[in-house]
Parts: sequence; C-alpha cells; structure tokens
Amino acid sequence: MTLRRRELLACSLLSALAPAGIARAEPPRRGGVLVVAADTEPRNLNPALVASNGVFFVASKVIEPLAEMAYGQGGLEPRLALAWEGSPDGLSVTFRLRSDVRFHDGTPFSSADVAFCALELWKKHQNLGRAFFKDLEAVDTPDPSTAILRFSAPTPVQLVANALPALTAVVPRHLFAGTDVLTNPHNQKLIGTGPFRFVEHRPGQFYRLERNPDYWGAPLPWLDGIVYRVLPDRGAIAAALEAGEIDLAAFSAVPLADLKRLAAVPGIAVIDKGYEGITYQLTVEINHRRKELSDVRVRRAIAHAIDREFVVRAIFLGWAKPATGPVPRFDTTFFTDEVPSYPFDRKRAEALLDEAGYPRQADGVRFRVDLLPAPWFEQTRQMGEYLREALKAIGIEARLVIKDPAGHQKAVYTDHAFDLAIGSPVYRNDPAISTTILYESGLPPGVPFSNQYGYANPEMDAVIRAAARALDPAERAALYRRFQKLAMEDLPLIPVCEFTFLTVARTRVRNVATNPRWAVSNWADCWLES
Amino acid sequence: MSPGLALVRRRLAHAPLVLALVITGCFVLLEAAPGDAVDAYVASLGGDAGFLHELRARWGLDKTPWTRFLLYLAGLATGDLGISLTFNRPVRALLLERLPITLLLAFSAMAVALLVGGILGFLAGSRPGSLRDRLASACVLALNATPSFWLGIVLVLLFAVRLRWLPSAGIETIGADYRGLARLCDLARHMVLPVLTLGLVYAALYARVLRAGMVEAWRSDFVRAARAKGIPRRRLLFAHVARNALVPLVTVVGVHGASMVGGSVVVESLFAVPGLGRLAFEAVIYRDPALLVGVVLVCALLVIILNLAVDLLYGWLDPRIELADSPS
Repeated sequence: MTLRRRELLACSLLSALAPAGIARAEPPRRGGVLVVAADTEPRNLNPALVASNGVFFVASKVIEPLAEMAYGQGGLEPRLALAWEGSPDGLSVTFRLRSDVRFHDGTPFSSADVAFCALELWKKHQNLGRAFFKDLEAVDTPDPSTAILRFSAPTPVQLVANALPALTAVVPRHLFAGTDVLTNPHNQKLIGTGPFRFVEHRPGQFYRLERNPDYWGAPLPWLDGIVYRVLPDRGAIAAALEAGEIDLAAFSAVPLADLKRLAAVPGIAVIDKGYEGITYQLTVEINHRRKELSDVRVRRAIAHAIDREFVVRAIFLGWAKPATGPVPRFDTTFFTDEVPSYPFDRKRAEALLDEAGYPRQADGVRFRVDLLPAPWFEQTRQMGEYLREALKAIGIEARLVIKDPAGHQKAVYTDHAFDLAIGSPVYRNDPAISTTILYESGLPPGVPFSNQYGYANPEMDAVIRAAARALDPAERAALYRRFQKLAMEDLPLIPVCEFTFLTVARTRVRNVATNPRWAVSNWADCWLES
Repeated sequence: MSPGLALVRRRLAHAPLVLALVITGCFVLLEAAPGDAVDAYVASLGGDAGFLHELRARWGLDKTPWTRFLLYLAGLATGDLGISLTFNRPVRALLLERLPITLLLAFSAMAVALLVGGILGFLAGSRPGSLRDRLASACVLALNATPSFWLGIVLVLLFAVRLRWLPSAGIETIGADYRGLARLCDLARHMVLPVLTLGLVYAALYARVLRAGMVEAWRSDFVRAARAKGIPRRRLLFAHVARNALVPLVTVVGVHGASMVGGSVVVESLFAVPGLGRLAFEAVIYRDPALLVGVVLVCALLVIILNLAVDLLYGWLDPRIELADSPS
C-alpha cells in the first residue's frame, strides 16, 4: 500500500517533470512575474547577518554569496568569486572575484566589500559566522578582484568552500561602514548584486522584487520579477495554488496530507528535489544527566524500539529516508554507512533494558521520562506521539510535554528540563558547520541546536577537533567517517530519518530545483511558460 | 447634567484603572511564559552563545522584569508604545497600519451578522412555534454548529478555487496599483469571504438571542395588555416585541464586538488579512511584550467605547433602564 502511494506520487512527479525534460531544447522565455507563497517575514532580512533559510528564501535573489551549491562533481558553482585556493599551511584562502559586478545602487563590487563583510558582519554578528570565522584575523585586498582571508589557526579550504553558499552573502561596504550594522535600514531595504532588485515589503502582505537589468549574468534573469505573498495558513497556500493565484510553494508549505490531492490537479507538480544541500534529520535528543539515559544500553534499546520504516511511511508519507548516522547520504564526500545500526527489534530492546538493570516493575513500567517534541514541524510533533507509543511497548512510560518555540528552546537548550526530545537539526554541506556541534562537549547553556545533552566523550571531542584542523581532504573525510562511527556506537542522540522539503509548483514554472539549495538560491535561470 | 453624560464621565474616569490592569496583566502573563523573545527568535535560526548574549543586551532582556516594566511605563507616560522586538518597528506604527483593516473586517462582519442574524431571528421570533420559526431555527442551528475555519475553507474552495469569482486570500491585488474607486472595489472583492466567514458565525448567535428575547416579550404582561387594548399586530411586533428583544441583542453585540476585533486570528490567518488578531498571536508566540500590550490596549479601548455605546443604547431602547444608577 505504502509502496503504491510512493509510486503514485513518483508517477505524478514524473509526468509533471516530463515537459521540463523535453523542454531542454526549448529556449527559456523572458518575462512574467513569479508569485510564490511565503509564511514568515524575518525581522532582519540581511543574509550577511542572519544565515537562515527563512531569510535566504527572499534575500538570496537580491544578495549573493561567493559561491552556490551545484549538482555534480565539486558541488560548487561560482557566484561572486570565480575561484579560490588555500595555502599549504591552511592559514589563508585566496579568492579571485568577478570584476564586472555592480551593486543595485550602481556602485562597483570589489574585494573591499568582501573584506568588510567578512570582518564586520560575518565574523562579528552573523549567527553561524561568529563561530565559523572565529579564527579569521584579517582580509587582504591587494587589488579589487582579489581577497585573501587570513586565519590565526589552520583552516581547511574544503571547509571554507563548503561554507560559501550559506555564510558569505555580500552587501555593499559603503552602505554599512560606520553605521550600527544591526539597525542599518538596508537590513530591510536590501541592496545586493543579485539577479533581482528589492522593490518593497508590505508587512503582512507581500515582498516584491523586480528584474535587475544590469545583472552580471546577463541575459539572466528570465523573470521580470518575483512576488512573495505572505500566507500564514498552510491550507490557504494549497487553495491559492489550486486557484492559480500563486505559482509555487517551497519548503513543504503545503501539508503532506494535501499533496496527493494537489498532485492530481492538472498543471500542478510536486517536486522533491532541490533541497539536498539543506537536508534535515529527525532525531531523538537525549538528556545524559538522567541516570537511566546515560547508560548506552538504554539508548541503544530506544534505538531498537523505533521502526524507522514506519516513521518514513506514516509520518512522512514516504517523503524521507531512514538515517544511518549524523551525515546524510547526499554528501558523498563524507557519508559512510559502515557504522553500527539498530534495526527495529523490540525483544532486543527489552533484553538490553533488562541487562542495564531496569526490569519491568509490577505495573509493567521500567521507568518514566518526559518527552518534548520540537514544535517546528508537523513531523517533529507526530514523531513525539509515535515515540511515546514505541517506548510504551518496551516498558518506558513517556509523558508528552508540548511547548511553543520559545518554551521548547528554553526547556531543552537552556534549562535542560527534558529527558527525551524530538529535534530536527539541519546538515549544511559539511559536518563542521552545524553537525559536530551536536556531539562536542563544553558548550555553554542556551546555544540552540547544540550538545545541550550533557554528553561528553573525550574520544569524540578529539576526533572533532582533529577534523576541524585537518587540511588534507582525504584525511578530513577519514576523520569524519570515524566521527560517524563513534556517533552511532555511543549513540548520544538517535538519528531516525533524513528528510528534505518539497516544492509544489504549477508546471508553467520552469527550471525548478536546478541546484541542491534551489529554494534559497538566486533563481536567475527560472522562467515562466507563457 | 443628563444621565447619559454622567455615565460617559464615570466610565472615562474608570478607564485608566482598566488600562493599568490590562497592561500589568499582559506583562505578567508574558513574563510567566517560559522563554523570552531571544529564545523564540533563535529557535528559527541557531547561533552561538555570544550571539544570544548580544541579542539579549540589545533587546534589553538582560534587565530584570521589574526594570523592563518600569521602563515601558516610563515610555508609555510620554506616549511611546515602545518597539516591537518581532518586527523591529515601533508598536505605534504597526498598530496604526493594522487597525483600519481590522476595524473594516470587524464592523463589516458585525453588519453581516446583524443583518443575517436579525432577519433570521426576527422571522423565527415573530411567530414562535410556526413553520417559519422552525425553518429559521434550523438554519441558525446549522450555522451555529459550523466552526469558522471550516466555513472559511468551504467558502474558499467554492468561490475561489472552483468558481474563481473571488480571490482566496489577501486584501488587494498585488502589483495592480489601483487608485480611487477601482482600489475600493478591489478591497471589497477581497473582503467578501473573510467578512462572510466571520459574520455568519456570529449571525447564528444574534439570531438566537433575538428570537429568545422576542419569545419572552410575547409572553410578557405589557404585550398582553397592549394586545387587549387592540393595538394592531404589526405595531405590536415592531414597537413592543422586537424593540424589547433588542436589549439583550445589544448586550451580546457589545460583548462580541470587541472579540471580533481582537479574536479573529483564525479568519485573519486563513485569508491572510494583516489585522490585529494575528499581531496579538505573534506577540505571544514571539514573546514580544510591547507589541502584546499595544494590541491589547487598543482592544481594551474599543471594549470601553463599545460598552459605553451599548449602555447609552439601552437607555434609548428601554427608558426603564436608569443610566445614572446602573452599576458599572
């Protein structure tokens, strides 16, 4: 039954993509305004300061990074930088920049803008950049098209390259220098180098972008403009798509349950590609301060109690894959499946719990836990309900505690007031960007999406540290394979499955999902059939 | 001084106390909720410890709740409603931006509710127990049992998706840049579905209240006396029965008018109407005290004004109700 559902969805997907496949021969048409659904309006829309998908969704069309992810070998495609090279000692990375680029206000883009952004925005203020660029000491600009990032400690060029798509958006120096960058009006009225110019934001209603006729990538972009309609209700997004009022909804904005109905509507397609570069994982987070849970046998028992295939089938309706470890399959550079695995096996789970010294009491319960599913996704909440039942079957009584985002963030990542939680960390193209932080010890409380689990393993810390400094790509990859093995042996948290988002679009929208970060890339090559 | 004027004066004298309670209540409630604005913000993006620390300092969240409360009051004393942390804009500007559309939605919905509810209630109450009453009451029951989100979705599927007569959401055609009358028509087209959704649910309530009031009036002594006096049925119905039944209706309308302004979160979300209800909802989710207090203050003011209007209406509808002595 489930296979058939998946096949059905795949078929509708294929039939939807078929015209796009044939259309390769057909030249793109210039013109038309693409109308897409948006569900959030970030308070700060500047991607140089705030690296998040909510910001990128709108801002990536206006402000570009040094490089973007691409399908295929190498995995990167130049944007503002044409090439980059690391020094043998790992203390500098030299970027050769485009010289024919102008910002939307007419001023030329140069290495001075990169140097300013790197030191004053990414390193000082950006949510991800602050940790990532902590060793960045200086940026040399010998000429307008060369920028040399200098680090105080060896930094692998592979890591820097992998961070380029998300962490290196460039805004003009002359608008930000000498101002309080966090309150600068251009954090809302964006000025960048991208294929689209920012026109207006009507709060609660829409964002409007228009074609940048002076784009360095001319004749791109094909579209005359993009409108983001703010539609807070997911049911309303589905209706607006059906009514033809919007052309595209990204980031799984349409509820999974509505997909089958929508996919059957002529002229609408469901596309499951274009998010591989921002793969999320559904994980069970574990508080190691709790005596029972600090025992690896108990953690393994919980892993054995989870039927990953069922989770994929019932919660994600087939749109996910069971996870083998903390790195998703898509990242062929680092991924390994030669790690311990925990197949669904309740008997084994119960045996492990008995062995750990937690037999079933008279009431059939071994021990009780508080389970906090993160409220961010429908699927994290549903996983909470599933896990409660799965744990009950092996004699662990879980109490579901459901909070809103602020409450969950504080309970799990600041107060550590949980036993188990359901989380959804995102993998950002390299284990060192936002994944190893879930395993390394010694982080202060309050840091979201980090090891607030009370887990500390010197061996794990040593591997993570060594990998962060390993300059040789092969050595790095080997260390991260070791990291994955250790993560699955020790099981400080339990990866359940990996999932990416879906795009629902009218078939007249062409060149959708052309790179692994498509929804948060610049859409210069996207076009509309007449 | 006329009793009406005295009432207005007394009510206005009480207003500051009500508003002070409202402000304190909002602050305390939001303070008691776990997590602060920074927690809510970073939950969608992540960041290191320094990032969080800097944000807290910048947003003034490193100060004690008492200090923040006093600072807010000090600002309020000078007419400053503070800055919304969620939107990074002055609360005053946000409220002024959203108030007109909210009032338009609420008052249009109230008009629809009164019209539909009034007709149904009057039809039912003019001849209690008749076939007409049964039919109208069945309609009312069906409407009453319909949740607004469901009604909204059904209306959207019918009128926006299937028939394509009306837009499914929003308040204007983006990029059309209509002017003058064309703009008004565009706005009206967008408001039809949200107004109907919000209005019809209240219509059921109003119809029931009006019918109940009329049924009671028919049984009362003064109607029997009027009938015995030979007053024509038509005049009896309008001047005595219906008019008396308006008193409870006005009460209910007064109570719900305010909740229409502040409580239409569902309708505002479904139809992407940028109104006050969503603003209040977001203020709670994002732990934005200045914004929450701002929205609730506006709603509280509206409640005070509406209640006053209702009390004044009582006196006009039923002179037996003494304004000056009515407890407030």
